[in-house]
Amino acid sequence: MTEPETSQRQENGTPLLEVRDLVVHHGQLRALDGISLTVFPGEVYAIIGANGAGKSTLLRTIAGLHRPTSGSVLFDGKDVSGVRPERRATQGIVMVPEGRRLFGSLSVEENLKVGATYARQGPWTIERVYEMFGWMRERRNQLTAQLSGGEQQTVAIGRALVANPRVLLLDELSLGLAPVIVQRIYGMLPQILASGLTVLLVEQDVSQALRVATHIQCLLEGRTTLEGRPADVTADQVEAAYFGLAAAAAAGPAGEGSEA
Amino acid sequence: MAWVNAIIQGILTGGLYALFACGLSLMFGVMKVVNLAHGDLAVVAGYIAIGVITVTHVPVLWSVVIVVPVMAVLGYVLQRTLIQSSLDRGVLTTLIVTFGLSVVIENGLLQFFTANSRGIGAEMTLVTSSFKIGSQIEIAYLLLLIFAVAVAVLLGLQYFLSRSKYGRLIRAVADDKEAAQLAGADYRHVFGIAAAVAFGTVALGGIAFGMYSDLDPTTGTDTILLFAFAAVVIGGLGSLWGTLLGGVVLGVAQQIGAQINISDELLAGFIVFLVVLVLRPQGLISRRAPS
Amino acid sequence: MSLATQTAAGRTENFRVTRSRRNVVWTGAGALIVVVVLAFFPYIVYSGTTAILVQAFIVLTVASMWNLLAGYAGLVSVGQQAFVGLGAYFVLILALHGLSPFAALPIAAIGSGVAALPLWWLVSRLRSGYFAIATWVLAATIMLIIEKFTSIGGGSGMPLPGFTGMNPTLLTAYTYWAGLIVTVLALAGIYLLLRGRLGLVLTAVRDDEVAARSSGSRVGLARLLVFVVAGVGCGAAGAVLAISQLQVQPSAVFSIQWTAEMAFATIIGGLGTIEGPIIGTVVYMVLQQTLQSYNAWYLIILGLVAMAVALFARRGLWGLVDERLNIRLFPVGYWLRPGKQGGP
Repeated sequence: MTEPETSQRQENGTPLLEVRDLVVHHGQLRALDGISLTVFPGEVYAIIGANGAGKSTLLRTIAGLHRPTSGSVLFDGKDVSGVRPERRATQGIVMVPEGRRLFGSLSVEENLKVGATYARQGPWTIERVYEMFGWMRERRNQLTAQLSGGEQQTVAIGRALVANPRVLLLDELSLGLAPVIVQRIYGMLPQILASGLTVLLVEQDVSQALRVATHIQCLLEGRTTLEGRPADVTADQVEAAYFGLAAAAAAGPAGEGSEA
Repeated sequence: MAWVNAIIQGILTGGLYALFACGLSLMFGVMKVVNLAHGDLAVVAGYIAIGVITVTHVPVLWSVVIVVPVMAVLGYVLQRTLIQSSLDRGVLTTLIVTFGLSVVIENGLLQFFTANSRGIGAEMTLVTSSFKIGSQIEIAYLLLLIFAVAVAVLLGLQYFLSRSKYGRLIRAVADDKEAAQLAGADYRHVFGIAAAVAFGTVALGGIAFGMYSDLDPTTGTDTILLFAFAAVVIGGLGSLWGTLLGGVVLGVAQQIGAQINISDELLAGFIVFLVVLVLRPQGLISRRAPS
Repeated sequence: MSLATQTAAGRTENFRVTRSRRNVVWTGAGALIVVVVLAFFPYIVYSGTTAILVQAFIVLTVASMWNLLAGYAGLVSVGQQAFVGLGAYFVLILALHGLSPFAALPIAAIGSGVAALPLWWLVSRLRSGYFAIATWVLAATIMLIIEKFTSIGGGSGMPLPGFTGMNPTLLTAYTYWAGLIVTVLALAGIYLLLRGRLGLVLTAVRDDEVAARSSGSRVGLARLLVFVVAGVGCGAAGAVLAISQLQVQPSAVFSIQWTAEMAFATIIGGLGTIEGPIIGTVVYMVLQQTLQSYNAWYLIILGLVAMAVALFARRGLWGLVDERLNIRLFPVGYWLRPGKQGGP
């Protein structure tokens, strides 16, 4: 990160979400190896990287579903590393998990109602979600298990929005969805941001991420390989950071090969 | 006509079995807990009712008003402490701990109350009287009342689960407790509520059984637990009304068995249970396969 | 067995694979001495003591079987009393037809093992909670069926024939030795079984069932074998029970109390180790003997302790010892030790 860029971001105020030297293990495996990041209010911060790079682990740790081995997560300047996930949600960190994870035996509206049960005060209501996603109102009594992938994704986002988060975590929105649907969903981001939210997202589709993000960070095998604004990085830089080609070129024949 | 009577008796006892079963079904459906002490808790409720009646001399049916809430609170506490700790350590531990609880309860009751069986409200006309339809069909008022209570409880549970905030939370947590956490719900608390409801219904079942038959320290494991589980399995896990259907099937099977040979009542029920367990473990009304 | 491995840094190191950390020959010799000493007991102690020991042998045998099922195969059975009862009734039936109960013992054990096959077919596809309840129902059902036959005593049971005119001292001695032999065979059998392929398969399943299946392990077969062995063991214990009680009563031999005893003894001693049930049985017998006059108390205390152990000291008493001293009396695992090439 370059100096002028940091100070420009700092003009936006204090960081909303901060991660410092996060180390997370899955059993014996070191999934995150000293990750740091800073998200300022109003940003769309995208984390990219290949499968197994640790992106989802990072998001899940921020949401409170994983305990880090070391390092900390700060929200609004306060250390939330020991706070349970449900409390983080009520404090304003709400995640849309990978794979949607809707409540399959509940209807669309019931899913939203659950999301709203412990909601903070704020602009988002179930009504407003219905306004944003036109089709939902008519089908609000349908079981979510009967919806298409794209529809489920929007319900999952709606469920998170009605909790009135301050930072919305989006984990792999594009997974299993047609590109056209993905674009349409990401097209909602401006509306979401306009209501005062900040977005931290994890995305496998690099070009999609570059299109929507204000800031980008690339992970490879648990470490940060690139950081910056989309406008400031070249396609080659991203490719190299994503695949770790530069690292592979430096190591010997027995070194880590990487494949997306 | 004796057969018709038997079938009617069987259907009505199904209500009693449904009272035992719905709590078990709830706990298994929501928390994935097979509470091997489930039957013994019904017996405990019965003994508490006996104690309350003996000490305060309240009318028998009023003891329900006292015992059910007490058991519900006990359920919440037990879930948040003992059962949650067991769940955190795995299925094996949960089975061992609930089995241990069952043994401790039974032997505790044995130690303090002796092995003598006791009834509730044996002197009440409600308990002893019945009416006849024709010459062969005799229906005990108590059994009819228990069946009505069971239906009312199931209706109440259905309403609670489908319309109320906690009912929704319970269903959500049962579907995906992690996603519920992300929505701000503490699943441990929701589990506690579910356990409270389960214990409340099993308390009703225990008191009903004490009035219909007799209670002794081993009734919990000799009869109640297996009947409850049979009703759940036959009816189908995940279906509330399935517990009534399962209870009815069990009751009818038992009565038919008794018609064939008076001592084969229990055996007939168990055989039907085993047959369903082997051939169709998901039950007659299945919403999801047993995991 | 030795293997050469390539480490990340590229150097070659040699390891050898051994069965235990220390030389186990002395444990084997020790075990032999214990057994021989025990064998002489009828000559040196009172019959009251041998009677207690017979009880201990029965508990140790069934506890070892429960440990095999739950600790190694992950099968929590709450119905092993079915096999205890079957073993007792096999002996009774054969004795009624003129065979000496002692001769009937091995037949009863095998018969219980054979009976385990159709029972396994009934419950094998069920998991954890369902499996537990199913075994319980099976035991209850078997008891109800047996109670229908008045020729073997019906609901109230009957005395065991075949010992009339026998010298009582001789009878207690033979009963004692029968119990000792059954226990030794049970422990030895379990040890040998777990040392071989079965042990490997079961450990793999314990760690990761899906991986074990996909690597070709015959998981279903392993579990079936364990269930049958447990049937044989519990049946043998039931046979010894019948002989020691000189009568067979359905409510006694099919009682759920057997499961309580075998489960609690195993858990307190240490689930998943062969040594665990031994320690657990000792604890059980001590508690039972000291609290006997207080009726149900010993089961209450046993139950509470077992629950506490399951929650807070999962590896039981033997686990506490094992962690400190690192001994395995019955080594069934493997250790990787640095060593020279071509080591033992």
